[in-house]
Amino acid sequence: MDTLANLALGFSIALSPYTLMLAVIGCFLGTIIGALPGLGPSNGVAILIPLTFSLGLDATSALVLMTAVYYGAMYGGRISSILLNIPGDEPALMTTLDGYPMARQGRAGDALVLSGVASFVGAFLATIGLMLLAPLLARVAYFFGPAEYFALYLLAFCTLGGMASNNQAKAAMASCLGLAIAMVGVDNNSGMPRLTGGNMHLMDGIDFLVAIVGLFAIAEVFFFIESHGKDSSIGIKLDRVTIPWKDIGKSKWTMLRSSVVGFFAGVLPGAGASLGSFLAYMSEKSIAGPKGGFGTGVPQGIAAPEAGNNSAAGGALVPMLTLGVPGSGTTAVLLALLMTLNITPGPTLFTDRPEVVWGLIASLLIANFVLLLMNVPMVKIFVKVLTVPAWVLLPGVTMISFVGIYSLSGSYFDLLLMVAFGVLGYVLRKLDIPTVPVILGILLGGHMEDALRRAMVISDGDIFYLLSSPISIGLWIAAVAGFVAPMFLRGLLKKPQRITD
Amino acid sequence: MASDRIFGLVALFAALAYIASATQIQTSFLADPVGPKAFPILIGSVAALCALVMIVRPDPDPEWPARRTFIALFVAVVVLVAYAYSLKPFGFIIPTAITAAVLSYQISSRVVAAALSGAGLSVGLFLLFKYALGLGLVPLPHMSEPPAAVAPAEIGAED
Repeated sequence: MDTLANLALGFSIALSPYTLMLAVIGCFLGTIIGALPGLGPSNGVAILIPLTFSLGLDATSALVLMTAVYYGAMYGGRISSILLNIPGDEPALMTTLDGYPMARQGRAGDALVLSGVASFVGAFLATIGLMLLAPLLARVAYFFGPAEYFALYLLAFCTLGGMASNNQAKAAMASCLGLAIAMVGVDNNSGMPRLTGGNMHLMDGIDFLVAIVGLFAIAEVFFFIESHGKDSSIGIKLDRVTIPWKDIGKSKWTMLRSSVVGFFAGVLPGAGASLGSFLAYMSEKSIAGPKGGFGTGVPQGIAAPEAGNNSAAGGALVPMLTLGVPGSGTTAVLLALLMTLNITPGPTLFTDRPEVVWGLIASLLIANFVLLLMNVPMVKIFVKVLTVPAWVLLPGVTMISFVGIYSLSGSYFDLLLMVAFGVLGYVLRKLDIPTVPVILGILLGGHMEDALRRAMVISDGDIFYLLSSPISIGLWIAAVAGFVAPMFLRGLLKKPQRITD
Repeated sequence: MASDRIFGLVALFAALAYIASATQIQTSFLADPVGPKAFPILIGSVAALCALVMIVRPDPDPEWPARRTFIALFVAVVVLVAYAYSLKPFGFIIPTAITAAVLSYQISSRVVAAALSGAGLSVGLFLLFKYALGLGLVPLPHMSEPPAAVAPAEIGAED
C-alpha cells in the first residue's frame, strides 16, 4: 500500500505539464543520441549535464529530463545496430548479431518494431522492479556504516573491472587512475591542499564533469578522425513499417525471461547494461539450442538482447539511488548529475526527498509509454537522423561540449583539462583500458577515502574493523570473487566479436 | 606488446611520482588515524603493481593509425587547445567556426563541406544556446575593452 501511495505522489509531480514536457523532450533527444553511432548514452548524458545545470532546472526536473534521455538512448541504440551493423552504444552490440541479418533479409521495419516492443517490455518490467526493490534495499542500506560502504565501493570497482574488461590489471589501473585524480584538491578532513603541484586551478579538485565529457565525447572525436567517418553510411532501405504480430507473439516468453535476467545483471553494482544484454542473449541462445538459428536473424535473437539491455538500464538505477553506487557507465554519469544537483543518493534520499525518487519513478513509467509511441510508429523520423554525416555531427558534439564545460566555470583551464582527458581517453581505449572505472574512481574516490577514514576513527585505527560485520565480510568476498572469477571464466564469457561481411 | 610495455613503464613512473608527492602532503593538527597521506599512497602502490603486471604480461598491440592520421589527430588537439584559449578573448562565433571547420576537414577531407559545416554549426549553435537555452554567450569580441589588455592581467592574477 505504501508503494501505491508513494506512486500517487510521484504521478502528481510527473503529470504536471512542465515535467511531462521535459520527459517527452528527454525521450526524443535520448532516442536521437542513442541512434547516432558514436554518441552513446554516457556521452549524451555527459554532454547534456552542464547544459541542464546552466538552464537552472530544479532537481526533480533535471533528473526527469536526464533519465528520460538515458532511457531514450537505450531505446535508440538499437536503430543503428539494426540498420548499420554499428552499435549506437556498447549494450546494443548484441542486437547487431541478429538485428542486422534480419534487416538484410529486407525486414528492417519488422526488426525495428520488434526490438522497440522488446525494449518497452524490458524497461517497463525493470521500472516496476525498481519500484519494488529500491525501497527494500534502501531499508537494508540503513545498516551500512563506513566499513560496509568501503567494502561496497571496493565491490563496485572489482565487479566493474572484472566483468567489463578483458584484462584485470588494466581495469584495476583505470580504477586507480580515477581514484588518484579524485585525491587532487583540498583534503576534506585536514583542510590542506593535496597533490595540486602548487597549481591554484587544482585547489578545488578536478570537476568530474570535465573528466567525463573529455573521456567520452572528446575522445570519440579523435576516433572519428582516425576512421575518417567511414563507418557511417546507411546501407539498408527502410520502406514501410508494419507491426509483426507473429514475431512478437513468438518471442513473448523470450522478452519476459530476458527482462528478469537483465534486471538482476543491472542491479549488480558495476556490471551494467552490457552484461545484461549479453547474458540475456546467451541464455536465450542456449534455451533455443542449435536449431534456434540464433545469429541468422531470428526474432528471439533481437528481442532477447533488447529486453535485457533496457531492463538492465532500469536495474542499474537501484544501487545508484539506494546506495550511491552506480551499476553502469551511464548511471555513473547520472550519479555525477545527482552530485551536481547536490542530492546525496542513499537510503536517506527515500525518506528525505520522496518527491525526487517517486517523481523520477513515475516519469520513467510515463517515459516508457512515450518511447514506445516514438519508437514504433515514428521510427522513420529517427532513421533519418542516421543520415547526418559524421563531419557535421562530431564537430557539433565537440562545440556543445566546450560550451557546456565553459558555462560551468567560465575558465579556459577546465577546457584545457577536458582536451587532455580527451587525449587520455583515446590512448586508454586504444590500449583496451576501460574508461568507465576512471569515471567511477573520480566520482567515488572522495567517498571511499572518507569511509575508510571514518571507519578508522571509529575503531581507533584497527584495520580489522573493516571486516567486523557480516554484511561487510559478504561484500569483501563478493568483491574478491567478482575480480578473480572472470579470469577463469574468460573462455566462457568471451565477448562475441561484431560480425563483418 | 610494445605499446602495453611503454604505457606500463610510463604508468609505473607516474605512480612512483604520485607516491613520492603523496608523502610530501602536509598533515595538520587535526589528525585522524589514517591521515591524508595513506589513501593516496595505497592507490599509487596498487597502480604501480598493475603497471608491473602490464609490463610483464602485455596484451597484443592495437592497430595504431598511419603517420598521416597521427598528424591529423595532432592538428585536432592543437586546434582544440587554441580554441580553449580563444573563446574568452575572441567571442563565440569566429573561433567556433574555425575550430568546427578544421575538425570537420579532419574527419572528411572536403574543403567546401568543412567550411560550410563550420559556419553553419557556429551560427546555428550560437542561436540555439543564446535564444533557445538562454546561455549568456558573447558572440563577438568586445570592441570597448581590447582583449590583449585583459588577458595578461588575468593570467598574472591566476598564476
